[in-house]
Amino acid sequence: MLAILVPFAGMLIGFVFGGGNAQRVALATLAAGLAIAIAIANALAQSGKAVVYILGGWMPPLGVALRADGLSVVMLLTVAVVICGIGVYARADFGTPSGVKEARAPLIFWLLLLAVWGSLNLVFVSGDLFTLYVALELLTFAAVPLVSLDGRTETVRSALRYLLYALLGSVLYLLGAVLLYGAYGTLDIPLLAARVRPEPAAWAALALMIAGLLAKTALFPLHLWLPPAHAGAPAAASAVLSGLVIKGSWFLAMRLWFDVFADVVTLPAAQTLAALGAAAILVGNVVALRQTRLKLLIAYSTVAQIGYLFLMFPLATGLATAGLDSAMAVNGGMLQAISHATAKAAMFMAAGLVYTTLGHDRVADLRGVASALPMTVLAFALAGASLIGLPPSGGFLAKWLLISVAITTAQWWWALVMLVGGLLTSVYVFIVVVRTLAPAHVGWNPKTTVPRYQQAAVLALALCSFLLGAAVLCPVDVTQIGRTVSRNTVLP
Amino acid sequence: MNGPTLFGLCAAALVGFGLYGLIVNPQPLRKIIGFNIIGSGVFLLFGAIARRGAAVGMGGDPVPQALLITGIVVAFSATALAVALLLRLFDEGGLVTLASEAPPTKTTADPPDA
Repeated sequence: MLAILVPFAGMLIGFVFGGGNAQRVALATLAAGLAIAIAIANALAQSGKAVVYILGGWMPPLGVALRADGLSVVMLLTVAVVICGIGVYARADFGTPSGVKEARAPLIFWLLLLAVWGSLNLVFVSGDLFTLYVALELLTFAAVPLVSLDGRTETVRSALRYLLYALLGSVLYLLGAVLLYGAYGTLDIPLLAARVRPEPAAWAALALMIAGLLAKTALFPLHLWLPPAHAGAPAAASAVLSGLVIKGSWFLAMRLWFDVFADVVTLPAAQTLAALGAAAILVGNVVALRQTRLKLLIAYSTVAQIGYLFLMFPLATGLATAGLDSAMAVNGGMLQAISHATAKAAMFMAAGLVYTTLGHDRVADLRGVASALPMTVLAFALAGASLIGLPPSGGFLAKWLLISVAITTAQWWWALVMLVGGLLTSVYVFIVVVRTLAPAHVGWNPKTTVPRYQQAAVLALALCSFLLGAAVLCPVDVTQIGRTVSRNTVLP
Repeated sequence: MNGPTLFGLCAAALVGFGLYGLIVNPQPLRKIIGFNIIGSGVFLLFGAIARRGAAVGMGGDPVPQALLITGIVVAFSATALAVALLLRLFDEGGLVTLASEAPPTKTTADPPDA
């Protein structure tokens, strides 16, 4: 409960005080929120069951419950860590200049950062579908203005396009939720999971809701809004959008697929979803190779990485159909999400620092950056290594788990797609890193010096992603704590 | 065919029209109106479900009514945000399109293309 309340309270307090105080309030809230996320994780680990909070004392189905199970807690922690990293980085970019009482962009950035964080927390802990709808809308409303933060016509256009896609997504989701209520009489996730049966109402609701969430997660072919929106936003905002906001709607899709519709989903449906994911990987990576601007390259890389997130659906469904434990596939998907969140945030922030140093971000003219910003280039390389899937990074562990499951369930084609995707990703990561390592022209000086702590924040996040392979040492299968759905579902 | 069924079919028709309008029209304002029509369809469907799920002697199931009021408020604020962006786009450019292949912007530091 506090995880949701604190960021929003921080945002309102910041709004009231305004000006330069917004930044201080935001930074204090970041620290508090991180502590709360760790406390929730602790409570979960100690009790071994999901942490439940009933709002107002009204039990479901009339009331609303907030449930933090293993999946939620993992995402809560990831988001808290990444937002803290972004907050530290953004102090330099969005500090209100001294002598100015209130500047528009910094104030809005800090307020929206807290709003995005609160909405994400709400998405992760909501226990019923309508609260999830509200959380999804909050997330969209907080994320869209971040795109157009600098006020240029092009970014306003990208923001409007993003908003329209996102609204289409949420209204389709709402229609699915309405159908579910009409058919089963409740929207509470555990109760609904017990009542859902494979029948036309459930199929229609599943199709609508997943389609809506695909629009919000920018899975191919509904990805057209993402590259201009994420490339046009300022670097810290792109990091939030690409790393975290996408994960919110993806998490919801996972929640629906595995917890609510576990009896309804079939392997062919999951294969369709993953086919779109595979197309996203191939299309996103190939188009990224052709980009001339670094931020657009990273944005198309996001389009590709989102495809990986959806490859876990047929793998987990395949395991469930065979009566085996689907934990490995779910863990693979979660690891992919976490490592992508940290890596992509680090990459966008690195691109921002490159732009500040060079004055442009053309990939062809990146020479001299490595000598000016060594920590940043290292961070970019480490983040890229995680996206490619080199050991010991989190991306490697995620791909390892997913490929093992693909072989186990005799769906070898997904393994092939993942390997090809990794190869294509490595091409553009190497291009960028090699270009930055070229020596600068004689007498070239950086446009502005970048503060050390910004580079340190970027490097810290990239290291998180790179060293996430150590999660294999984690003794408890965290993501399975509190999962109410039986994992041995056999379809009729 | 009783009342709720008729309203439900009407809601389905609205969703269909709205979806067609949202996807087919290139102008952003028409897309926003399409989104509103879909929203109206969804809320109408929810209302029909509320009537159908009413307990004996009661007018309607109160839970969907509460949810749909929330939904209306959310859709309203979404429309407000979209229209605000639209107005801003008009103020800046004088012309409102959502060209889907918008070329990347050039900063003043970029040299002219070779």
